Amino acid sequence: MRQYNKEVIYGIYNDEEILLQAVRKAKSAHMEIMDVYTPFPVHGLDHAMGLSESRLHQAGFIYGALGTLTAFLGMSWIFTQDWPTIFGGKPYWPVPSFIPITFELTVLFAAWGMTITFYTICGLWPGVSNPQLDLRTTDDKFCLAFDKDEVSEDEAKAFFQSTGAEEVNSKNI
Amino acid sequence: MAGGYVAPVRRPLVEGHKSYHQITEDLCSPTERTPSRAWIIAFTLSVAVLAFGLFCIVWTIWMGTGSWNLNRTIGWGYDITNFVWWIGIGHAGTLISAILMLFRQRWRTGVNRAAEAMTIFAVICAALFPVIHVGRVWVVYYFFPYPNTRGSLWPNFNSPLLWDVFAISTYFSVSLLFWYTGLVPDFATLRNRASGLRKKIYNTLSFGWTGSAKHWQRWESLSLVLAGLSTPLVLSVHTIVSFDFATSVIPGWHTTIFPPYFVAGAIFSGFAMVQTLMIITRKILKLEEYITLEHIESMNKVILVTGTIVGVAYLTELFIAWYSGYVYEQFAFFNRAMGIYWWSYFGMMACNVISPQIFWVKKYRRSIFVTFFMSIFVNIGMWFERFVIIATTLARDYLPSSWSYYYPTWVEIGIFVGTIGLFFTLYMIFTRVAPVVAIAEVKHILKVGGDQYIGENRTHTSHQAHESHSEAHSENH
Repeated sequence: MRQYNKEVIYGIYNDEEILLQAVRKAKSAHMEIMDVYTPFPVHGLDHAMGLSESRLHQAGFIYGALGTLTAFLGMSWIFTQDWPTIFGGKPYWPVPSFIPITFELTVLFAAWGMTITFYTICGLWPGVSNPQLDLRTTDDKFCLAFDKDEVSEDEAKAFFQSTGAEEVNSKNI
Repeated sequence: MAGGYVAPVRRPLVEGHKSYHQITEDLCSPTERTPSRAWIIAFTLSVAVLAFGLFCIVWTIWMGTGSWNLNRTIGWGYDITNFVWWIGIGHAGTLISAILMLFRQRWRTGVNRAAEAMTIFAVICAALFPVIHVGRVWVVYYFFPYPNTRGSLWPNFNSPLLWDVFAISTYFSVSLLFWYTGLVPDFATLRNRASGLRKKIYNTLSFGWTGSAKHWQRWESLSLVLAGLSTPLVLSVHTIVSFDFATSVIPGWHTTIFPPYFVAGAIFSGFAMVQTLMIITRKILKLEEYITLEHIESMNKVILVTGTIVGVAYLTELFIAWYSGYVYEQFAFFNRAMGIYWWSYFGMMACNVISPQIFWVKKYRRSIFVTFFMSIFVNIGMWFERFVIIATTLARDYLPSSWSYYYPTWVEIGIFVGTIGLFFTLYMIFTRVAPVVAIAEVKHILKVGGDQYIGENRTHTSHQAHESHSEAHSENH
């Protein structure tokens, strides 16, 4: 189990609409949100929290371009430099018949590259146990957490009280 | 069905006034119960069939491909027929998960998980055939370009068969990534309900997923791009499979209509297989409120459209063969419809073109009974289509002295039946290990696609609360 040694205070909400209102309120009150845990992707949550856009798709483009180059340059090198062969009277450098494999490797590199990057930057991998504040956040509860170093306990409690949290708990993770 | 977020003209995608917790319960419980008697019997049967298939595979490898009824002219028979058939079946999974995701079709959430699983299992079954057919299975890695001590001697990158190797392996691995990334949050849900060894296993499978907002944001970004990549990928795969035939100079194969015609046929047969699986699954796992009649009707519409496209393609082929004025092409098609394999052409036409027209009638589109039988018909028809294209063409080639009649040996039939056993074995293990319906995605569409509206400060627990609240809400509009 990973340890961050953080004192965390968190509130549990039972609906994403209430959670979104709470997040917006925390944001306007300039309270530093540590993290929000939800059972499914809540649209608008990243904007409400002020998270920056994911750049994963840009990484995907680079991986894809790498695949295109690998396939096209690789086949070109093999058929013109390494072992030039005539197949069925076609030229040594038959560009149209490189298209299918070039396309497939573009997709292959982009998909694998992005997926591996995704799991790596999220710190997700087989055997990893990330600390969880509440087990019900993968079921039907929505959790908003503050780091106690950033937000005082009293302030957090008052906040959760006013935004309709069902429960308020503290935990060291 | 009052106001709220629910568009009045649309029927709900999730029935039964579900709460988030109820969804978790309904979709997790099939993996937590001890297996039912029906499951055990069906599983045993599948494994037995698979075992016979394995026996036939070992027989082929031991005795050589001479144990199949292939000869000098008929180089392809049951093996490639089954390969193309299985690959085609796989296509519906990617269509549902990727293309319908890009088109923002919310009904996909009810069936995408199982359909993607079907894709992966179908591709496994398909890939088996070319691998065995090479004869010397132990050197099958010769397919791939790698630096070797033969000079280095490379594969022929001009060959559609090599394109196929790249297409199928890319398709399999990208589908697997897409499917597994969708499964990770659901495995976390299962993990948090489990204890002991089960918890440990699901903890490994869930990669330590917590549901953090940033992770979800990236997860959605990844899913969207994977969908965008899978969409042209799935179209390319069957296009390349059709190139195996279309780039040859055999009359009846050498046609430009093959790529779109193969892709339409693939989606057609794939949706039929999804229907077969879903109708059984929703009944046995009691998921009728998640995989609703709406889903079945939507898929029947796809079957009707693609079946009709395939029908138009058959007729176009006949017309072009006649119009070309090319006597070999004309003979190939005359022979297909009227020759020694007339029965398979007739089966293809009846199952693929004529029978799906029943789905113009709404009553039949929404009938479970009709849909189930139609789904079987369509898959038989699509199998005939592949057989028609391959066997009829090769049995009557340019040289009448090599004309013959191809029929499979028991070994070939055994391997085909064995892959059906393999497919169902894998699918049944899947229903025990993972949620058959994507939990997080169904929760995500619940408020826009469910049959209830849950407003602010209202816990979504009771039916009455829903009724009174939605009435109050509709007055506001």
